[in-house]
Amino acid sequence: MIVETRALAKTYPGPRMPRRRSPGADEAPASHSPNVALKGLDLEIGAGECFGLLGPNGAGKTTTVGILTTRVRPTSGRASIDGLDVTVDPAKVKRRIGVVPQRPNADRKLTVEENLTFHAAYFGIDSATARARAETLLTTFELADRARSRVDQLSGGQQQRLMIARALIHEPQVLFLDEPTLGLDPHARLALWDILRSVHARGTTILLTTHYMEEADRLCDRVAIIDRGELLALDTPARLKARAPGGTLVELRLDGDAAEVAAAARAVPGVIESSVEAETLRVYVERPGEALSALVLGAEHAGRRVLDVHLAAPSLETLFLSLTGRKLA
Amino acid sequence: MSATRSPSAPAPISRWRVFLALLRRDARVMRRELASFLISTTFQPLLFTIVFGFLMPNMGLVQGFYVSALLPGILAISVSIASLQTVALPMVAEFGLGGEIEDRLLAPVPIELIAHEKMVMGVLHGVLTALFVFPLTRLIMGPVPGLTLAHGGMAVAVLILGCAAFSALGMVLGTAISPSSVSVLFSAIVGPMMFFGCAYHPWQGLSVVPAMKIAVLANPLVYLSEGLRGTLTPDLTHMNLAISMSALGLIAAAFWALGLRTFARRAIR
Repeated sequence: MIVETRALAKTYPGPRMPRRRSPGADEAPASHSPNVALKGLDLEIGAGECFGLLGPNGAGKTTTVGILTTRVRPTSGRASIDGLDVTVDPAKVKRRIGVVPQRPNADRKLTVEENLTFHAAYFGIDSATARARAETLLTTFELADRARSRVDQLSGGQQQRLMIARALIHEPQVLFLDEPTLGLDPHARLALWDILRSVHARGTTILLTTHYMEEADRLCDRVAIIDRGELLALDTPARLKARAPGGTLVELRLDGDAAEVAAAARAVPGVIESSVEAETLRVYVERPGEALSALVLGAEHAGRRVLDVHLAAPSLETLFLSLTGRKLA
Repeated sequence: MSATRSPSAPAPISRWRVFLALLRRDARVMRRELASFLISTTFQPLLFTIVFGFLMPNMGLVQGFYVSALLPGILAISVSIASLQTVALPMVAEFGLGGEIEDRLLAPVPIELIAHEKMVMGVLHGVLTALFVFPLTRLIMGPVPGLTLAHGGMAVAVLILGCAAFSALGMVLGTAISPSSVSVLFSAIVGPMMFFGCAYHPWQGLSVVPAMKIAVLANPLVYLSEGLRGTLTPDLTHMNLAISMSALGLIAAAFWALGLRTFARRAIR
């Protein structure tokens, strides 16, 4: 195993949350103690795997990556990279990993190219090799014409690509990416996925965190779904989706409490499962087309109006919803 | 599961090489920002020199030998601000919102090495500032009675110890305070330190206010000012050189050790 965690736990001292970089990251529900970020996580990631950590904000994804990249000290448990304990041998661990942060944190006092060549120098790479690698990476990531620019002059997508180039210049065994496509426009996101696929194809192990189920689905060999610091499910995207409640999710938003409608909904032919959250009724059905009218009628009989209807095919999203009763994002 | 390492385990990296790479990065940045840096650290001391080291002696408002006490003091103030700022300001900025220091924290070396490098850079900056300020001050003041370079080696030693003390203090302050408190740092800590550091008068002169003479001993600038007086204008009254140098050495060692700890605490959550 190239990446391994055993009963990994982290509780941040004091009332402060770990430094979060995404806006709206403090949306963790009130029932979740803000100090406990990770509650005994077990993971095993094989060499060459592309592994996804999927979960909502506050799930413990960033903390997990933080511990594995030696930047956060675990409260208990063990984490290792390539057999090296991250708390015992942090320098050797850092030699083997590349890290792409949630928000680009390039060295703004240096040019784009210097960001790469100096990072290589911090890894003991001689300057000729560093320059050659930087040139190749800048071309690959379509940054060659910005080599002498200041970092501030790059777009968000360009900065993110620079971060990936920087993380790769010392040829790490494991590449960590924390929410790599957060805040990117759809075009930049697709471009980034292509880059990650080619990095993966070269044999680099990838661990990425995301709260976009599509990203995990499209890129990852295996996905761990975590929430509130705990592992909920771990498998290939295909098998995880197969574990999602059968049928299509039909979500009805009503003009009042949905509880009274739930009983009627369960009687509709083809309904596999139903749940209620305040004014939202969620039903998994075999044939959504046939069941929809019966569901709407049932709601009206109970004296509720249907304000909105949402359909979703079986996906990691519907699995997450059925595991936690909450949406991913 | 297995503790065996992959066959492609990378070769270990020399810490020295990484240290020099970190230093090279800072030198590159320093070269780019040298003008603005020198202005921000030496402008005020030099203005002070013009008023108290040139105008007032020429008006006859202060006696000619005042410049002998002032020159080492101006030097002390300039290098201490330079060393402190070189470390404190980047620490505040790079540990702040952007988290720019991350790429160095990910370098495959113990985290303390990065703190050592920053503090060494602070010392180099201080020495460089001295090379700039010393001739300029002498030029503004004109002939300085009793100024001698006969103890140049000792003066450099005092200078390096002083720069180390302030560089390390910069590390402690820079890693302990938040970006929003930078202005408070400078007005509440650095300001009084500069004014009550015996830079503008010899420590012996404080005999007129004995309580203050004792109180200012908590200020590291006192030992740097007095140490430079003891080596550059030794005829003038000054603190025993052995005492000022030992004090600077102890203060530097203590802040350096503390700076390593506050840095590591800031770096690893």
